[in-house]
Amino acid sequence: MNSLRFVFVSWKLQFKMIMRSPFDGIGNVIYPLFFATTAFFVFKAGSSPRTLIYASLGAAVMGMWSSVSTSAGSAMQRERWWGTLELLVAAPRHFSLVLFPSTLGLATVGIYNLVATLLWGRFAFGIPLTIEHPLLFGLSVVGTVLAFAGLGLLFAVSFVRFRAAWVLGNFFEYPVWLICGFLVPLSLLPAWVRPISWVLAPTWGMNAIRESALGGTPLPDLLLCLGLGAVYVGFAVLVTNRVLYDARARGSLSLT
Amino acid sequence: MIVSARIFFVGGATSFRALFYWLTPWIYVPTMFISPLFQILLFAYIGRSAGLESDKFYLIGNALQYASIPCLFAMAQAIGGERYQNTLSAILVSPAPRIPLFFGRSLPVVLNGAFVAAVALLTGSLVLGVHLPASSIAPLLLVVLIAAFSCTGLGLINAALSLRIRENAVLSNVIFGFLLIFTGANVPLDSLPGWMSTAAQGLPFTHAIEAARQLASGASLGDVADLLGAELLIGVIYGVAGYALLRWFETLSRRHASLERS
Repeated sequence: MNSLRFVFVSWKLQFKMIMRSPFDGIGNVIYPLFFATTAFFVFKAGSSPRTLIYASLGAAVMGMWSSVSTSAGSAMQRERWWGTLELLVAAPRHFSLVLFPSTLGLATVGIYNLVATLLWGRFAFGIPLTIEHPLLFGLSVVGTVLAFAGLGLLFAVSFVRFRAAWVLGNFFEYPVWLICGFLVPLSLLPAWVRPISWVLAPTWGMNAIRESALGGTPLPDLLLCLGLGAVYVGFAVLVTNRVLYDARARGSLSLT
Repeated sequence: MIVSARIFFVGGATSFRALFYWLTPWIYVPTMFISPLFQILLFAYIGRSAGLESDKFYLIGNALQYASIPCLFAMAQAIGGERYQNTLSAILVSPAPRIPLFFGRSLPVVLNGAFVAAVALLTGSLVLGVHLPASSIAPLLLVVLIAAFSCTGLGLINAALSLRIRENAVLSNVIFGFLLIFTGANVPLDSLPGWMSTAAQGLPFTHAIEAARQLASGASLGDVADLLGAELLIGVIYGVAGYALLRWFETLSRRHASLERS
């Protein structure tokens, strides 16, 4: 219970800070909208029977992923710049628990991205906003946010030894957009890409959101998404232990 | 004259090396070589999914448009970065002539932008299996250079604004986003609303992308001379406007003592 309260209070604090940040709170919301707009124009001008609502949902989840990938990779770097990394590592809580609210906060901003993209599609392009299973849609969004936060946590702790951690976060933005079926069906991609897509929670989160919005069976996808999210968190804890052990042994936490 | 030339060439190169923070391979390779490749792939596959245009269309559009990332960010860092290093006031108090001082910083940016776009064209064509005629390679390199020049002009405006605003990265990304939509990199101009395709005529890349597509389809350099002329003119206009804006903000900064505001 204490840990849950800790996560909640930290998440609230992180969320407020992110929303005050011009880069994370504004830039990360606007930036994916440009890609969404381009995709809407392409699909509108194209000859495929694939509907604009398909593109709209995909573009919306693209925005969710952007807010996590761009900034989660550098979550620890930010603490380093602020001079708080050593204090957080020395805190009695496990460091991954300290960091999780930060990536959860970023993933939560993704909900804002999702809503903004869907509304943008509705009002600028006339894309209908029909959600067949509203409850399951809500659950799918929350499940996707949690899985994204788990993946973000894994990024954050894995990149701690890199000074240019933000680049690695940025680096994963396009590939995940491409191979997780946000705007391109997986069947169009080369066969060797698909196994990579399957181990990425965004693939299943996207499926769950699409299935719940368009009237399918989102639960299996949602469960897979959550399961993979839990696996990422487990890995992140292991990586955290390893990375902090090394950093302490070499005195390299601050990378100065 | 020699002093001006030294400021232009040596000063420009030194500033670029010192202030373009992305020159380290850890940042440069993923940002300048790999990300543009994925942007090309993303839109090529979106195009396939939507049934709109060919891989060559998206390859050329995105390879050229991605030059905006180095041009916008490097230009902003090469001037705005001085403020973060606390060296801006020392530079602006110097009697150095401003034209070589500011434009000298643009030259490495143009060359770097052209290099990034050329590598993106090469890697993208290899990965997508797009054939570019051998006769089009040299003209395409010229187009890439002109496109980078044109966008660096816009980058100079971006750099000037970075003297007045704190979050230049957000602004650079926003400009990048507008260029992505408006320039015909991914959406044929005749598929955009009229006001957007009209606005595109005044933006960097629009004419260069069109010229590159025609060259890749077998046109000669002479056939696209008017497009290249228009692209060059746009670059000159943005460059002059950027320089004027820099001088204006320099004056304002002195008047309001806001040079070091960060």
